[in-house]
Amino acid sequence: MSNETQDAPQPSALLDRADIRVKHATGVGGAVTAFIDRVRSGELGSLPVIAGLIIIWTVFTVLNPVFLSADNLVNLLFDCSTVGVISLGIVCVLMGGQIDLSVGSMSGFASALVGVLWVNHDWPVLLAVVVAVAVGALVGVIYSLLFNRFGMPSFVATLAGLLAILGLQLYVLGDTGSINLPYGSATVNFGQFLIIPATVSYLLALVPGAVILVGGLRTRQRRHAANLSASSVGSLLIRGLAITVLLEIVVAYLNRGRGVPLMFGAFLGLAVAMDYALKRTRWGRSMNAVGGNREAARRAGINVGAIYTSAFVLCSSFAALGGVLSAARLASASTQAGTGDVNLNAIAAAVIGGTSLFGGRGSAYSAVLGIIVIQSIASGLTLLNLSSSLRYMITGAVLAIAVIVDSLARQSRVSHGRA
Amino acid sequence: MPNNSATRFKHGELVLSLRGVSKHFGAVSALTDIELDVHAGEVVALVGDNGAGKSTLVKILAGVHQPSTGTITFGGQQVALPNPGVALDLGIATVFQDLALCENLDVVANIYLGRELDPLHLDEVAMEVRAWTLLNELSARIPSVRDVVASLSGGQRQTVAIARSLLLDPQLIMLDEPTAALGVAQTAEVLNLIERVRDRGHAVIMISHNMEDVRAVADRIVVLRLGRNNGVFYPDSSNANLVAAITGATENAVSRRAGRRQSEQNVYTEEQP
Ligand SMILES: Nc1ncnc2c1ncn2[C@@H]1O[C@H](COP(=O)(O)OP(=O)(O)O)[C@@H](O)[C@H]1O
Ligand SMILES: [Mg+2]
Repeated sequence: MSNETQDAPQPSALLDRADIRVKHATGVGGAVTAFIDRVRSGELGSLPVIAGLIIIWTVFTVLNPVFLSADNLVNLLFDCSTVGVISLGIVCVLMGGQIDLSVGSMSGFASALVGVLWVNHDWPVLLAVVVAVAVGALVGVIYSLLFNRFGMPSFVATLAGLLAILGLQLYVLGDTGSINLPYGSATVNFGQFLIIPATVSYLLALVPGAVILVGGLRTRQRRHAANLSASSVGSLLIRGLAITVLLEIVVAYLNRGRGVPLMFGAFLGLAVAMDYALKRTRWGRSMNAVGGNREAARRAGINVGAIYTSAFVLCSSFAALGGVLSAARLASASTQAGTGDVNLNAIAAAVIGGTSLFGGRGSAYSAVLGIIVIQSIASGLTLLNLSSSLRYMITGAVLAIAVIVDSLARQSRVSHGRA
Repeated sequence: MPNNSATRFKHGELVLSLRGVSKHFGAVSALTDIELDVHAGEVVALVGDNGAGKSTLVKILAGVHQPSTGTITFGGQQVALPNPGVALDLGIATVFQDLALCENLDVVANIYLGRELDPLHLDEVAMEVRAWTLLNELSARIPSVRDVVASLSGGQRQTVAIARSLLLDPQLIMLDEPTAALGVAQTAEVLNLIERVRDRGHAVIMISHNMEDVRAVADRIVVLRLGRNNGVFYPDSSNANLVAAITGATENAVSRRAGRRQSEQNVYTEEQP
């Protein structure tokens, strides 16, 4: 918003251009300079993770060209969607300045529930999924009670939850230990095969650019009417066009392989909805405020307890949904589901994508970018036939780098008076 | 959004009345048996030394702290202020001493925090226009309302906090040392604003250590000392009496210093209206 431009030079007439000491960017060139200034001062946004992604992809492609093949990328997107959905919930609790360490267990428990209810008890699959997600929401309610009522730090409450829910998962699976979900069912197809039809995918890829352009023009009109500066039509056109061309190229490339996974489309849809909720609603504004300064939020009349509750409930529900998706992806619900690195990958994805561990800074899209980074490492190393020991080490190093970049950027913001 | 104007008080009507309000923090009695009346169209200055309990009193009225004992009557009704939201809805707005701004949010978001227009699709344009209007009323020098509060100076933050308190057109507005970080011109602007707000029929409680400012705008001066009422003064009360009430002694550093200076020039008696 701060690199807005005006095309008619009428400095003092505009409500927000009265201060002569402030440089205001004009035209497209100005927008670019303003962007560079912001990056210099530590407002990195998604830049580090995109740079990291380019490096990782380049290295793996050099080592094994199959990495960049359309089919490998399609598989990668299938794998991203399950943990990515869990990571969306993590973004939400991190924004509020809290953490949920039990998302792995929760996802495993949810997949076990679906397996038991659907396969063993012959429930309709949709009902089983709804119950699993509702159980997730209930777990979130319990965390928020522990946090709001008893002042239990969220990392302790959810650490206890990690163990308790793992116990529940083992309990409902019983002696069998593993339930196979029926091949050929819509659920398993969704997790393994379903692809957005090519024409539909090309059309969907037009939507973001169109939204930027149409929404931008409407905002521009309203701002003009209100005597505020507004972005130039040129920069709106360039932005809309750039995003459209980029998306169409990606979609075209994926369509040379199997195409865009429907599950990834659903994940992106959830991410867009989450981003809207965090940026464009009072609830999201309150979440940002609570994460930034809890007492200030309370004094502004915000029901801080309710905001925390919504964060925990959303996070556990997303974890449950992610668990259902990974059960569909693996066509099984087992005692292994949700264990291992699921928990840490979901949290690491949000942080690598640029959501702050300290609350009040982040975006739903960080979950998308972060999980693509993590799955790229996993996929690349698998192609090189390297063991998971190396995968853990490299993912750990990338997480460390992400946190270092974040704190360096924060120091830079402090020295530029923007922290 | 609460509609306060429906119950707008008539000039001189009793807006707020405290009886026997006490507040204990563990063993510390921050306030003991406080009595305070505030009328519509009146500016009451709350003065006292550091630690006298001024901020604690303001926080009780803002719903931040709960009084240990005592009653609060607002608009003729006894009220409980269990949380800040209730106080805001009643029409009590506060500029806190620590400002209570969210540094990670921009100026518009801070001004509208908890009161955003169009909750499911924030109306950023309307909020930005209103934010500029409020800030211009205060002659604020804010480079951009889309900058995060972290990038503002202390004085600019104070202006943002004051602008926020005006947003809801409150019945009672409380300012805890509102001019502490402000420059000369802006202090005058805030004092003008306090007078404008009073003339519109609002009640104002203002805390300040600057006796010149207090005398300039206050209709009454309520002194707190060690958490107790210690007298009510008027702008034309003598400075020696006021200082004595604040410090609790007729013979004190301030009066000795004032006496010394008064022999050179008549500073304090000139200023009274
Ligand atoms: N949250 C708190 N916990 C414990 N003591 C407090 C708290 N807030 C204020 N006090 C005490 O109450 C007294 C009055 O403080 P305060 O109202 O801030 O004074 P003033 O604003 O007049 O300088 C002080 O002795 C202070 O130490
Ligand atoms: Mg104080």
